[in-house]
Amino acid sequence: MEEKVSVWTSNRFWRRSATWVTGVASVLLIFLTFDSMAQMKMGSAKDIEKKIDRRIPSPVVINYTIDYKLDPYRGHEIPIIGGEMRRPEGGIKSAYEKKEKFFGRDDYSEKEARELIHKGKLTIQAKNCMDCHTLLGNGAYYAPDLTKAWLDPTWETLAPAYNGKEYAIAAFLQDPPKMAMHERKMPNLGITKEEAKAVVAYLKFMSAIDTNGFPRNFGKIKGAVDARK
Amino acid sequence: MQGSKLYQSQELAIKYFTVAIILFGAQLLFGLVAAIQFLYPNFLFNTLDFSIARMLHINALVVWLLYAMIGAVYWLLPDEAGIEVVGIKLANIAFYILTAAVAIVVLVYLFVQIGPGKESTIWFITEGREYIEAPRWADIGIVAVVLVFLYNVYATVMKGRHTGILVVLMADLIALAGLYLAGMFYTDNIAVDQYWWWWVVHLWVEATWEVYVAAVGGYILIKTLNANRKVVEMWLWIEVAMMFGSGILGLGHHYFWIGTPEYWWEIGALFSALEPVPLVGLFVHVLYDWGKERGKGNEIKNTPAFAWLTVETFGNFLGAGVWGFMHTLPQINLYTHGTQWPAAHGHLAFFGAYVAIMISAMYLAVQGKAGLERLRMTKAGWWAISLISVGVLLMTVSLTVAAYTQTMVERGMHGATWEGYFIAQANRWFVQGMGWRLAAGLAVIVGYGFLVYDLLTCAKKQPVEEGEKEVAAAAA
Repeated sequence: MEEKVSVWTSNRFWRRSATWVTGVASVLLIFLTFDSMAQMKMGSAKDIEKKIDRRIPSPVVINYTIDYKLDPYRGHEIPIIGGEMRRPEGGIKSAYEKKEKFFGRDDYSEKEARELIHKGKLTIQAKNCMDCHTLLGNGAYYAPDLTKAWLDPTWETLAPAYNGKEYAIAAFLQDPPKMAMHERKMPNLGITKEEAKAVVAYLKFMSAIDTNGFPRNFGKIKGAVDARK
Repeated sequence: MQGSKLYQSQELAIKYFTVAIILFGAQLLFGLVAAIQFLYPNFLFNTLDFSIARMLHINALVVWLLYAMIGAVYWLLPDEAGIEVVGIKLANIAFYILTAAVAIVVLVYLFVQIGPGKESTIWFITEGREYIEAPRWADIGIVAVVLVFLYNVYATVMKGRHTGILVVLMADLIALAGLYLAGMFYTDNIAVDQYWWWWVVHLWVEATWEVYVAAVGGYILIKTLNANRKVVEMWLWIEVAMMFGSGILGLGHHYFWIGTPEYWWEIGALFSALEPVPLVGLFVHVLYDWGKERGKGNEIKNTPAFAWLTVETFGNFLGAGVWGFMHTLPQINLYTHGTQWPAAHGHLAFFGAYVAIMISAMYLAVQGKAGLERLRMTKAGWWAISLISVGVLLMTVSLTVAAYTQTMVERGMHGATWEGYFIAQANRWFVQGMGWRLAAGLAVIVGYGFLVYDLLTCAKKQPVEEGEKEVAAAAA
């Protein structure tokens, strides 16, 4: 039998409070997770045809030009896929019109593009990229963040010599020490030609993910992507 | 528990602690390699590249903490429940299976390292997802072993005494184990991948592990100070309410920039900002109990365990609470996410929140095994706690200096490009930070040497008590 004590020093009261607080927080988290999962579902080629923005767009974005620009309406940078257009409520959004060649083609079907990024993601995991680099800002801090690596000005300067930046990145991935950019070299991880192409496709796809404006002011130096126009 | 007679479960706990302390050494060793590579990138290049050293560093950390956590439960379970653990034979078998699996995984990490971009690599070599790189086959093995562990805990508590500490542990352990499942699938969608990956990582270290620490901390308070159980358990329930109340939705602070909806900015900011509150509570509670018991003339029965518990509460508050709060708001995190900031925070938080309390639990086992009424701090023990605590704090401060530099130069001035990244990495403040981190890390390794020595010898090096002298004289 419990002796009469103030509610504030009653174990029973605190036990019940703990149970309720935990229960309510868990239910809220599960509810929000359902909503987030719906919003984070990978988009389809149809969405792109209809110019519907998805946080994680269809992998067919590899057929389009990708940019990262300040949207005055949302107050931060957003991915601009296939050129920009005005958003009815203000600001800018992707137009999904301007295409560009990716390894010589700009007509990858949804199936082909998905297969490519599937291989790319598997390679990224199999080579432990995340234990030197960060992806979407998560990982290790020994090498640069890869979130917007596709848009990095470094590749723009190397692109002409390789006939396009996708070829430059793929060449780098297959033998990084040969194209080392820093004393802190990336080791040769035995990435094959197919794997390299797939990883580049993944990097391009990842740069089209809407990351709520991370990283901020990307490429502000040396006239890279015009983040602050 | 009388004299040095141990429950079989406690013998098993000592086995878990032994593997834990060995893996702790491995963690420090690979951390040392990674720290050297930051300054001298050619060190072990192509032999043990940074990615592998770093993976081993963090995996050894997670695995040794889990070993120690399971060990501590096997230590306190029969003592709290008042009976031998149910299914102890099965528990012993599970220990050997787990240890064999860990050994295989480590050998594969070391000698195979990476694989081709195929599903088979995910199944047999590495999953390539920070902290939970363990290949899928090992995941399934871990789940099986954990199920045995949960069975032991549940069956024992059902049969024995149901103390508040055990009830909290039972609820917490099942959540802890269940969350691991959230990390056991593959998806091409990296945003969804990271969303669930954080369920494992965050809901472990910022929710279920913290509650575990509060429960085991309560047990250590009772054991070392003879603290009043009712008061300890009341505090424990308050801690659970505050930790789960802030920590579960505090998960939102990892959902600012990974392709998630914007509402996580507000939710993550609010709840993660509340996360330090229970950690202050834990700290105040330990010091308050200490003062109260001292006022009654009660002595600390295990000085090293209590000292490490104090380091735990202070380190948890400082490392997880203060250093976490520094970059938890989205306005700040936009610039600090993916820099040395989380590294600085992570070092002090893991040490303060988890390493220190696990060492404290090991000292309880040392005392129990030797059957001593009191265990006092030896010189070696004093060196161990001083070198490790000051070393980790200094590592954190050094990394913080590097983090400031990186944030200002790479993010603030250069817009987060690769060029900006490398300019920041070469900045002399950054390099100095890395240098001091290495020096402080070496101090921690020396401290680790003292710690191992002390755990093995301190029971034999206890000063003879006044009372015992008289007894010995009378017997003579």
